[in-house]
Amino acid sequence: MEVIIIPILASIAVMALGKRNSIGLSAILSLLPLIFVAQFFQRVGVDGGWKTLFDQPWISDSIRFTTGFDGLTGVLLLLTNILVPVIVLGGIRNDENQTKITALTLFMQGALNGVFMAQDGLMFYIFWELALIPIYFITLKMSGENAFKITLRFFVYTFVGSLAMLASLIYLFLHTANFSFSFEALRAVELSHTESLLVGGGILLAFLVKIPVLPFHSWQADTYTNAPAAGTMLLSGIMLKMGLYGLLRWYLPLAPESLEFFQPWVVGLAVAGVIYGALIAMRQKDMKRLVAFSSLSHVGLIAAGIMTLTLEGLEGSVIQLFVHGINVVGLFLVIELIERSAGTRILGELGGLAKSNRLFMIFFMLIALGTVAVPFTNGFPGELLLLKSMYAYKPSMALLSGLTIIFCVVYIFRMVQFSMFGEGKAAVASLKWNEILAFGIIAALILGLGFMPQMMIDIVHNSIVQIGQWVSEVRGVMS
Amino acid sequence: MLTLMIFLPLLGFLVNGIFGKFLPKAISGWLGTAAVLGSFVIALMSFMDLTGDTTIPERIYTKLFTFLHVGNFHVDFAFQFDRLSAVMTLIITGIGTLIHLYSIAYMHEDEGFYKFFAYLNLFIFNMLVLVLGSNYLMLFFGWEGVGLCSYLLIGFWYKNADYGKAARKAFVMNRIGDLGLLLGLFLIYDTYGSFEYQEVFRSVFAGSVESNAVNTAIALLLFIGAMGKSAQIPLYTWLPDAMAGPTPVSALIHAATMVTAGIYLVIRSEAIYALSPLAREVVMWIGLATSLMAALIGLKQNDIKKVLAYSTVSQLGLMFIALGCGAYTAALFHVITHAFFKALLFLGSGSVIHGMHHEQDIRHMGGLRKKMPITYLTFLIGTLAITGFPFLSGFFSKDEILVSAFAHNKLVFGLALIGAGITGFYMFRMFFVTFHGTYRNTHHSFDKVHESPWLMTLPLLVLAVLSVIGGVVNLPHYLGEGISGILHHTLNYDGGGKFSPILIYPEHAPEIEHTTEWLLLGMAVSVFVIAFLHTRNKYVVQGAVPEADSAQTGMGKVLANKFYVDEAYDTAFVSSLEAAGEVVGNYVDDKAVKGLVDGVGSGSNGISRLLSKIQNGNIEYYLVYMVIGVALLLAFNLF
Amino acid sequence: MSILSVFNQVEISHYIYLSTVLFSIGLFGVLFRRNAIILLMCIELMLNAVNLLFTAFSSYMGDADGQIFVFFIMVVAAAEAAVGLAILVLVYRNTRKTDVSFLDQLKG
Repeated sequence: MEVIIIPILASIAVMALGKRNSIGLSAILSLLPLIFVAQFFQRVGVDGGWKTLFDQPWISDSIRFTTGFDGLTGVLLLLTNILVPVIVLGGIRNDENQTKITALTLFMQGALNGVFMAQDGLMFYIFWELALIPIYFITLKMSGENAFKITLRFFVYTFVGSLAMLASLIYLFLHTANFSFSFEALRAVELSHTESLLVGGGILLAFLVKIPVLPFHSWQADTYTNAPAAGTMLLSGIMLKMGLYGLLRWYLPLAPESLEFFQPWVVGLAVAGVIYGALIAMRQKDMKRLVAFSSLSHVGLIAAGIMTLTLEGLEGSVIQLFVHGINVVGLFLVIELIERSAGTRILGELGGLAKSNRLFMIFFMLIALGTVAVPFTNGFPGELLLLKSMYAYKPSMALLSGLTIIFCVVYIFRMVQFSMFGEGKAAVASLKWNEILAFGIIAALILGLGFMPQMMIDIVHNSIVQIGQWVSEVRGVMS
Repeated sequence: MLTLMIFLPLLGFLVNGIFGKFLPKAISGWLGTAAVLGSFVIALMSFMDLTGDTTIPERIYTKLFTFLHVGNFHVDFAFQFDRLSAVMTLIITGIGTLIHLYSIAYMHEDEGFYKFFAYLNLFIFNMLVLVLGSNYLMLFFGWEGVGLCSYLLIGFWYKNADYGKAARKAFVMNRIGDLGLLLGLFLIYDTYGSFEYQEVFRSVFAGSVESNAVNTAIALLLFIGAMGKSAQIPLYTWLPDAMAGPTPVSALIHAATMVTAGIYLVIRSEAIYALSPLAREVVMWIGLATSLMAALIGLKQNDIKKVLAYSTVSQLGLMFIALGCGAYTAALFHVITHAFFKALLFLGSGSVIHGMHHEQDIRHMGGLRKKMPITYLTFLIGTLAITGFPFLSGFFSKDEILVSAFAHNKLVFGLALIGAGITGFYMFRMFFVTFHGTYRNTHHSFDKVHESPWLMTLPLLVLAVLSVIGGVVNLPHYLGEGISGILHHTLNYDGGGKFSPILIYPEHAPEIEHTTEWLLLGMAVSVFVIAFLHTRNKYVVQGAVPEADSAQTGMGKVLANKFYVDEAYDTAFVSSLEAAGEVVGNYVDDKAVKGLVDGVGSGSNGISRLLSKIQNGNIEYYLVYMVIGVALLLAFNLF
Repeated sequence: MSILSVFNQVEISHYIYLSTVLFSIGLFGVLFRRNAIILLMCIELMLNAVNLLFTAFSSYMGDADGQIFVFFIMVVAAAEAAVGLAILVLVYRNTRKTDVSFLDQLKG
């Protein structure tokens, strides 16, 4: 409850302060919810299911404002409330839009926290859409003449998916015993085969668009490339994860009957996306576009891992969605800082940045290593588990998706090479305290999770096992 | 102790990496060296304990923490120190120390001095993780880690774009191998339910898997990893390019330690390979092909480091032949002696490059023996050792491989002998052209050529001594039973009746009659003599100088161009992948997928425009619609 | 002879024919004439055709419900004529026309 309201109030405060606001103040405001998240971990704990923290009738008696907490929610809350301060610290340019974007980012934080805590189907939907509003306005601040067209495409895309989900949720609602939108009630609805395909398909569509999985991705690259850095980071770092979270939290428990049909399709498309994204990323010159497609490749693997329905895949996906959020925000932060100093982010026009700023190079290198999943960085354990789950699903799929460990080196180090090394064509200004802090948080998470991935597994284990049980009740097999 | 041994270099990396900028060069250099030396001392002590004290079990095991535990998937972050790891550790830290020492002088003018030592220490740390890990995943950690350090060090002079390209090539090729290795690991876990060496081998030994097809698949997948790391066909082309890195790096990573990781992997997985004759045949033939091909290419290279690089590839191929024949001791023996003399040769070439002010082309050298006596002498010892001069270290190890090849397959023996002969030709060619004859460089006068400082010559001397006497670790039995086969006994230690962790199926010495063995020895020596005399005649007596690559014709041209393998790979993989990326990016994604979506958008737009025509506000039309509507309703109700 | 029996002397089918013809004339006028006044008159004609049919059936079935409907329709028709003519007068004042084909200002 607090973690939803505080950022929204903070957002209003920032808006009211206007020019008198400073980065430091907004960073502190954005850090406040983290205290409450820590308190949730301490007070509620991660064992023993998805516990309800707050429950009030909201729009009607059957549409309630219900928030819950467990390990899975905890991981996503950590991700959101760590990344938003990072974005506030480093990702927002000091120009005329600064106040607006900061306020919108904080608002977004509240909405996202709502998404991850919602225990009521309609509340989930409402916050899901609410999170779209600030990002719509942030992306509208983008540069380029196609701004409106690109934003509209993004909006329409996700909105179509959302409506399909709403229809599915309402269908389930109408079949609940006492007309309730609560997670438990929705889950209890028994579906026939055809019903489950329609309902599950609707829910799935919303998440696949958001993730995005292969044919639904064409909003992604343009939006990422043109949006202001803060918008790109919010989108890639956290909003993508809404889709993955949705798969785990809502799709699998609500419509496990439809898995039999959808599993091969989603795994196939996701793995195709892994290769597809990597191939395109290898040839991009615009760094933001490159990372956008690499992101398509990485999340494809996560989505595929979830849909293998193995314990390794499910837990690996949770680690990896956290890790991908950290790393991709790090990469976009790097690109943003390069663009601020050098005025360009096109690979051919850059080079030799390493010489100008060593500290920056160390951070960049570390993030790049995390992205290519070198051992002792955070990318490795998750990727290992995901590939192992792919192997358990089908060895051939592991081979195909395993190509990512080769391709990823190609495009990430191509980017490193042509920006950081070679002849000095451009320079990066020395880092300010807020940028160092932002990078420092990311670096600590890269190394910390690289050595101790088990911490995160311990957090999510119970939630994942619970989801696994629900799925296996219907499907029988679960390894 | 074990933990300290592994983490000392990491500590060195952290101190140099974080504070190196503020430290004077001398301190950061000696600090890096001391970290590795400390590891070496601890390793030596632990090795003494392990072999001397019978109360200590056959391995020292330390578990630090659980790395991952998901369902029934469990991996510990744990180390083990057994006889095989001990041998590898001693090579890594021992030669590592010498090379660190050498680098203090070699790199002293470089602005990235402390960075260099930080990277070197990080490399040693990862290499130790690789050989000391107690399970396959720990091995994979180190495996990837050394690949990364190799990338960082090849591209150490980052301003040169070509070096960067070589570095990325090395990393990508290694990663191709890594994918194979990773799949192999999954298959191991799937089959044997663990990554821990002991548990896996115990299950293998207990015959828990009926079909040997699985073991063959595992062995081949692991071998793909070994191909990448140990530069075997088809993944060898990165190693010659890796010479872009500073010379100490070439000596440490690309000759003595990292490239032997593939050998270590195969020896470690002996239990699995022992059950799969097919996989061993593949290993042997690929090793043979690599050995011959690289030796041939080496004949026509003029860059002093490139010659050594191809020589390394060729020697690695020789080791894989030994592995394929089941002669694990011989392979490990050659790893040790090769580490000595190849490190020596690389450091010697570094000394030459240093003395010649960064000239690497042997055609621009000549007559250096007068100016660089220590380098000359030590280089000569290295050359004699690698070419198999009797009773130097390389003679024993190479001979042992040839003998086991002979026992296994006469054809393989013949081809391997030819490969060994070619080694003599290209090594002496390089040696004579560099150190004998007349000075041919036009950029620097001969007076400016100088011998290297003592910090560089000291490691050379130590390594030269080791190259001479290195054979003692595994002397052949004809020199007396008491002193022979130390390494053989180390590897085939029966654990005092306990379960031996190293070679599950003990190897047997090849059964060859004494006369045959002496005959083989004679053949090896005569090949050496022919090579020596021929090259000496050509380059010293006649004073020939290798011609430029462009002047080559026929077979020489093919060899100078390295069989055009790089070009073939470029066309087959690089260009085609790039083209695929181009097509997918510009056509499939931009036109097709986006077109599909935009098509849906513009389609619905068109329909709505069409429909909006209907709503033109004219009452007449509305009336018509109304009548039609009513008529339709009526019709619907009536019929 | 009561008025009812007079009605009944004519067969019900004739009433149906007559009102169909009247309705069709009205419909034709609505669809093809452009003068707003004529349109209103045609609508009256259609309504009265319906009225006629209602009355005829009411008498035929001996049920008064139909005639009650007729009263309703007449009231609505009167109101409609009043409002319609008022609008028409206003339209005429503004445009000097009573031709409906020019009245397309309300389109979206």
